[in-house]
Amino acid sequence: MRPFGYVSAPDVATAVRVVSTEPNAKFLGGGTNLVDLMREGVERPDTLVDVTGLPLTAIEELPGGGVRIGALVRNARLAADPLIRSRYPVLSRALLSGASAQLRNVATVGGNLVQRTRCPYFYDHASACNKREPGAGCDAIGGVNRNHAVLGASEHCIATHPSDMAVALAALDAVVELESVRGTRRVPLLDLHRLPGETPHVETVLTADELITAVELPHLPVAAASHYRKVRDRASYAFALVSVAAALHVREGVVTDVRLALGGVAAKPWRAHQAERVLLGAEATEEVFLRAADAELAAATGLPDNTFKIELARRTIVATLQELLTDGSAA
Amino acid sequence: MTTAPARPDAPPTGTSGPYVGAPVDRVDGVVKTTGAARFAAEHPYPGLAHAALVHATIPRGRVTWIDSAAALAVDGVLAVITHENAPAMRPVKTQSVLDLSTLVPGSTVNHLASDEVHWDGQPVAVVVAESRQIALHAASLVRATYRELPSTVDFATEKRNALPQKKSVVDPGRAAKGDAEAALSTAAVAVDHLYTTPVHHHNALELHTTTAVWDGDRLTVHEPTQGIDWTRKHLAHRFGVPVENVRVIAPFVGGAFGGKWHVWAGTLLTVLAARVVGRPVRLVLTREGVYRTVGGRSPSEQRVALGADADGTLTALIHTSVTQVGRVGGGPEPATGLSRYAYAAENVLVEQKQIALDLVPNTYMRAPGEAIGSFALESAIDELAHELGVDPIELRMRNEPERDPIDGRRFSHRKLREVYALGAERFGWAGRSLRPRSTRDGRWLVGTGVATAFHPANLFPANVTVRISADGGVLVRCGLHEMGMGAATAQAQIAADALGVPIESVRVEHGDSTLPAAPAASGSTQTASIASSLLAACEKLKRSALALARGSADSPLRGAKPAEVQARDGGLHAARGGETYAAILARAGRSSLDAAVGAERGFAAVAGQVRFMSKFLLDRRRWVRAASGAQFCEVRVDAHTGEVRVTRWVGAFDVGTVINAKTVASQLRGGIVMGIGMALSEATVVDPRTGRIVNPGLAEYHVPVHADVPPIEIHCLGDPDPTMPAGVLGAGEVGITGVAAAIANAVHHATGRRVRDLPVTLDDLL
Ligand SMILES: Cc1cc2nc3c(=O)[nH]c(=O)nc-3n(C[C@H](O)[C@H](O)[C@H](O)COP(=O)(O)OP(=O)(O)OC[C@H]3O[C@@H](n4cnc5c(N)ncnc54)[C@H](O)[C@@H]3O)c2cc1C
Ligand code: SF4
Repeated sequence: MRPFGYVSAPDVATAVRVVSTEPNAKFLGGGTNLVDLMREGVERPDTLVDVTGLPLTAIEELPGGGVRIGALVRNARLAADPLIRSRYPVLSRALLSGASAQLRNVATVGGNLVQRTRCPYFYDHASACNKREPGAGCDAIGGVNRNHAVLGASEHCIATHPSDMAVALAALDAVVELESVRGTRRVPLLDLHRLPGETPHVETVLTADELITAVELPHLPVAAASHYRKVRDRASYAFALVSVAAALHVREGVVTDVRLALGGVAAKPWRAHQAERVLLGAEATEEVFLRAADAELAAATGLPDNTFKIELARRTIVATLQELLTDGSAA
Repeated sequence: MTTAPARPDAPPTGTSGPYVGAPVDRVDGVVKTTGAARFAAEHPYPGLAHAALVHATIPRGRVTWIDSAAALAVDGVLAVITHENAPAMRPVKTQSVLDLSTLVPGSTVNHLASDEVHWDGQPVAVVVAESRQIALHAASLVRATYRELPSTVDFATEKRNALPQKKSVVDPGRAAKGDAEAALSTAAVAVDHLYTTPVHHHNALELHTTTAVWDGDRLTVHEPTQGIDWTRKHLAHRFGVPVENVRVIAPFVGGAFGGKWHVWAGTLLTVLAARVVGRPVRLVLTREGVYRTVGGRSPSEQRVALGADADGTLTALIHTSVTQVGRVGGGPEPATGLSRYAYAAENVLVEQKQIALDLVPNTYMRAPGEAIGSFALESAIDELAHELGVDPIELRMRNEPERDPIDGRRFSHRKLREVYALGAERFGWAGRSLRPRSTRDGRWLVGTGVATAFHPANLFPANVTVRISADGGVLVRCGLHEMGMGAATAQAQIAADALGVPIESVRVEHGDSTLPAAPAASGSTQTASIASSLLAACEKLKRSALALARGSADSPLRGAKPAEVQARDGGLHAARGGETYAAILARAGRSSLDAAVGAERGFAAVAGQVRFMSKFLLDRRRWVRAASGAQFCEVRVDAHTGEVRVTRWVGAFDVGTVINAKTVASQLRGGIVMGIGMALSEATVVDPRTGRIVNPGLAEYHVPVHADVPPIEIHCLGDPDPTMPAGVLGAGEVGITGVAAAIANAVHHATGRRVRDLPVTLDDLL
């Protein structure tokens, strides 16, 4: 690993100031992604500003019924939080389906949101990768790409975003709070990540010196009946091939409210707006669920290794909605 | 424990005492669980330096320029060794059966002797520094440019150019009886399919690690190796020093599975680096470094064609394979081996072909040949059973051979009928529907599958000494390999029973080339091979003790004949009474008694080798010896997503004598877990364009996690093989065989889908 400087930030103001003034500085959360990438020589910061000592570890109920989650809450704690478990079970389940118990004990909410892709060529300095080295080319296209994107990819990059938590947050209309020397701003989670286009190395709308301080969940009654379904070859400790975060409310056989997001299919957590449009107000039947899935996936395209994901996503959407419907929680 | 009737030439089985067969705790359990056991990377040395490798990033060509300046500029870097400044090692010797250590080089490349690159990942430089962190960082700063030469790296496209494998003493590569193709074409029912398996890696928990210490021209190496003696001889040769000057130490090996059988680049380069910097040097490969410099299991394409009468009697069995070797090393993968013995087909053809690629040479991995061969053969048998509408166990039993189907040799211990009966009973096989897709439980399609496990049993010569001391303590000395399987524990049990002493008084010294040489731990041969010599040594020791006692007027053993004497209660006993070894030694004024089996060097050692080879060949002509088993499993397949989960496992095995009920079960269970990985998730992915391994690490190479492993029930017949020392057939590898087929068969039963390409993943089932 390249030598680097280390600063433990005592407060938010110091953290954002150091990162904005030191050249090539980065925030360090649990380090489960950043340190790995530094070992591989993919991330090469000169200074790490450790933010795990910042007082951003609360999970608080908001006046309107929403919840505010500090950016330094560890994944394991968030998953176990009673408020989260009862009001947003999809989030709890998404977290618990991610990584391993050891990693979840360390990983932070902020770090989880901006963790980087698991594309193997991105990790391998001997390969061509536009994300690592803009303009170098993309070895995944025409190479090994079973885990890659089928939605929103470009000819420059077909990587996926690996986070499970973010998929649940995408379904829940979460808002991310950012802090920098220029002040505070709030960004809807759905706008946080960017599709690759011609600049796959630019992954989020965050500027390099912006710190995620919190994530806010709105009051969302439909989320009480929500589920996260993660599909993978290995039963645990594997990234999603496809995942579905869904919340569903049905009255008298008709969908009255719904949230749907997909993971493992795109460079960002993919909110399934098209599918939601088909579902809302329609009858809650398998046929409608299928129609909704097809509407969302109409634009999907695959490569030889990953085309199966389109059919897999379709089936997983339907199965997850069915499950919410039949276990009675959606009623 | 049951005992089979002895045959005239049966060696002593030594299985009558209280320890053999019991679930004795591991003798190394406490040091391992408390962290006191020192592994190869844990031996401190003053002035220890650390090394890191720089790997080539092209499959074939020449290094045109290598720049060490940036690395050398890093504080704490001691040396950057490249082909431009490396001292020469001697080239590898040509392989010869008269010197088995010639088989251990992982590749024929003389590392850093030239600018040639033979595979992506080959080391092109070694950086030595004050710490591992510095070495790794500096290694990342070494820049190389290459002139690339044409290469062939893609097994899938090259396999059609495969050539028949060369015949060797151990593996003829081809066997035939009758005209199998003709019989197939006229068979009433036939199946004829291709099966493929990918590259696999061992992924031992302990990374490959070498600590090398030169003292003048004497060399000490701490190395987790499966072959201490051959590693030592090989290093002596490569570095031009007498064998006596090299000491290889490996008391504990943190898993190996075949990956530590050969001597790979890292070991040689650490020894080289220690010479260059004049200090002890340690290299702990990164996990990526293991993938790039240590071979894995060859991929395969296998054809299995079976023809049968309408009643299921096999008339034709064809099993052919294509596997790969490296252009600079590696060896045949005997994928069709088990098909020679599996079924009583009238016409048989087995044939192995191979192709040489510009990749890191392949190597042995748990049950080489049988692990992947059993996937193809046992899937095909299931396919035939399905075609015939016959229960797959019934089909196997109808074709169970009485003798070697090809050349009529006798089986020393063919117990497949028994293991199937036992397994079927424990699993609850009876009443299973033959119809695929007949059981559903909510979202899960449920299926069950079965397959035969099979692994040949062999023996190698082992040298052992046993000492009994005046205090009654017993010391067994043997350079055996303790890789986690409980090897030392098994020998302690055998010695305790043979000498009739409590196991607590037996100490086994192992894992050091200063000890009497043991064979490499491979082919599931270690326990039987060492038991053979150990039992002989214990016999000698008892005779010497008796010789001391019987001549003495005061001994209750006075005049006793060896045949009337029993070893028990810490001594020898005859009709008129007995006494302890301690008493015998005390009376004779001796501090200890020693017995040795096997010669370390000189004429006697060569003679021993020749004697062994002739017995080996004679035995092979007389017997087919093998451990076997029946693997039963239940799988559940998600009806929507195709996810496969294994939910139940019963394995019934014939491993001959069970020396230790606990460690044998662990070995078999471990094999099954590894087989589950092979069936459902494990694959080393090689980029077909570049020959570069794409997933060189545990994050992307998926071994099973706990959630993938169901409770595994193990049953053993426990019946000694009358032709093997202590009746042991070996339990290290048979456990993985048949597993992938049992799972693929169960997946077919659950879903109606037949998957012939490993791993079976959900995209195959959508
Ligand atoms: C083997 C393995 C398996 C895994 N499996 C899964 C899985 O199945 N599902 C899944 O979702 N995840 C998985 N993960 C990823 C894991 O969830 C992430 O590594 C983790 O969430 C990152 O959080 P962290 O706090 O450790 O981030 P760090 O590694 O500390 O940081 C990651 C990035 O976030 C930035 N950062 C950190 N905090 C902030 C902040 N407050 N504001 C702005 N930027 C910040 C850092 O600068 C860095 O760029 C796995 C990881 C590993 C190693
Ligand atoms: S898919 Fe994206 S991350 Fe992967 S190699 Fe291509 S550019 Fe790099």
